[in-house]
Amino acid sequence: MAEPAANISVLDGRLSRLERPTGGWSDAARADALSRLRATGLPDRRDEYWKYTRPDTLTQADPVPAALFDNDEGPIFGDMARIQIVFVDGVFDADASDDLVGEGLIIERLAETQADIHWARDLYGKLEASGQSPVARPLAALNTAFAPDGVLIHVTGKVSKPVSLQYHHRSETSDAMLHHVIRLDEGAELTVLENGPAAARFNKVMEVDVADGAVFHHVRAQGRDHERRAATHIFARLGTESTFKSFTLTANGVMTRNECVIELTGNDAIAHVAGACVGDGDFHHDDTVFITHDAVGCESRQVFKKVLRNGATGVFQGKILVKKDAQKTDGYQISQSLLLDDDSQFLAKPELEIYADDVACSHGSTSGAIDEDALFYLRSRGVPEASATDLLTLAFLAEAVDEIENETLREEINERLAAWLERHRG
Amino acid sequence: MLSIKNLHVKLEEEDKQILKGVDLQINAGEVHAIMGPNGSGKSTLSYVLSGKDGYEVTQGEAALEGADLLEMEPEERAAAGLFLAFQYPVEIPGVGNMTFLRTAVNAQRKARGEAEMSASDFLKAVRARAKELKIDAEMLKRPVNVGFSGGEKKRNEIMQMAMLEPKMCILDETDSGLDVDAMKLVAEGVNALRSEGRGFLVITHYQRLLDHIKPDVVHIMADGRIVKTGGPELALEVENNGYGDILAEVA
Repeated sequence: MAEPAANISVLDGRLSRLERPTGGWSDAARADALSRLRATGLPDRRDEYWKYTRPDTLTQADPVPAALFDNDEGPIFGDMARIQIVFVDGVFDADASDDLVGEGLIIERLAETQADIHWARDLYGKLEASGQSPVARPLAALNTAFAPDGVLIHVTGKVSKPVSLQYHHRSETSDAMLHHVIRLDEGAELTVLENGPAAARFNKVMEVDVADGAVFHHVRAQGRDHERRAATHIFARLGTESTFKSFTLTANGVMTRNECVIELTGNDAIAHVAGACVGDGDFHHDDTVFITHDAVGCESRQVFKKVLRNGATGVFQGKILVKKDAQKTDGYQISQSLLLDDDSQFLAKPELEIYADDVACSHGSTSGAIDEDALFYLRSRGVPEASATDLLTLAFLAEAVDEIENETLREEINERLAAWLERHRG
Repeated sequence: MLSIKNLHVKLEEEDKQILKGVDLQINAGEVHAIMGPNGSGKSTLSYVLSGKDGYEVTQGEAALEGADLLEMEPEERAAAGLFLAFQYPVEIPGVGNMTFLRTAVNAQRKARGEAEMSASDFLKAVRARAKELKIDAEMLKRPVNVGFSGGEKKRNEIMQMAMLEPKMCILDETDSGLDVDAMKLVAEGVNALRSEGRGFLVITHYQRLLDHIKPDVVHIMADGRIVKTGGPELALEVENNGYGDILAEVA
């Protein structure tokens, strides 16, 4: 019985550094999350769901300090008109942020809504709780219980300007936690951008409720500080004929675990989750995705591409669960890695669990090296080896990047990837 | 232009000698053809000249305008003016044909210390060349060679050649997999590039390509050596009698 006790002490250690906000509409959800967390404990190495990723540094009491990124490259998404909301080491920065107003949406801060009644009460911690089954996600429960701030966005119309969440990292020992709730009413549309390393250690949850016919786009560029650590969760629920598309770029970061849990609850809904990650050396990146088809005629796509070198590690755990009545499901899942040397590794666990009989689901997972024939072909046309390798690497990543519908955003992501590849040659 | 002397080549991975002393001199303005049975070393010669991995030169030399080709990386050979039209052009998913062409053109210019081609000049040049080779705009937009038919791939090779304006062009079995119409189109593309300052080495199994691309000199290659050299009539002899007679004659 010694082992559970050790696990409890990890939880106690972690909790000893946190203060649970009390009072107001979120109180019940936070209390519920804490009791769920106490029941499961924090993940540890023996946890099947953490087989490929060591959770220690994400669960220990204090974060491992992380140096700041010292590249003077400009911020991403700068070319776009957007509503900017800035957090520095997890703390809202009013001066750097725009006014939290926009046409077709209402934005509030979690820390500032203390009334007993709020629309977010029906969602906060609710989608997260629903996403805890069949697999526990204790770091998300921890977040629900303790996150001091975040944004609550209620989208009532078609919003043209994206909401841009920017997470700066200025303190080498910061430990940040944010919890966002986004509700899109019927037919509403919103794009959310996220960028930045956020903190030495970042725990973030985003709950997204996409009502019938609503459209949600999400494009994220996780910060490039080499030593930063992040555990993020997206929980989304999709109504009839709604659309949810999320793309994540990860360049650098010693530890990243991105979980995405989607429930397709209305007929003919569409969910796409994509990621492109590039890692060099001390880099561990884990994409864990769980998509549940619980309605007729829905489409889901998971497209994850990883470029790994100098001993970097990539992990993919992706599951499509098709429930009994989810006929005409169209599910697609691909996870691939390009290993630029023999030291890097890619660990993949693709899963399909299908109870309906009229579905089309496909999945594939590969890892391989640069195609030598293609490389020679390019070089024989005069393209130097390094540029040819970059070109082929970008081509490998393209299937994931192309999931971004907006051309400006797609270009920005491609430019950032190209710049990264140029910095990490040889 | 191209000068090959006593070239010996073996496979890097195994102890197998492929070229056993090839001598070849191609002057500017000349079109040479190399014919020969399967396994004679024709394609190996083209790969070794363009710098493909997997071969080891054990003896001899190869120079382009006096510069030692064998010392150069593949991209340096290209910038120096060597071009290989592949027997099997490689498909590159995710890299657009136009991006590929432009990257190649500008990389070569950069290597030679020349200014990059402007986007509009490049577009103009590509459109003109594409039109001559009946390559439509859709093909230019697609990823390199992906989903191209055999004929489209070969035309794409010739278009690259036209855009890169090499000094020495090697065509490795460019006629393989082509019907008569496609072969004519490809041959026209090649003929349009024939000039005083440019040399060609056309590697082929069959005489029929040489009806369209008329060679000045024809070589017969067998067992890693050039065993006979003559004029265009040599190709006709192969066409009529096969390689048997010639090989018996030189044996």
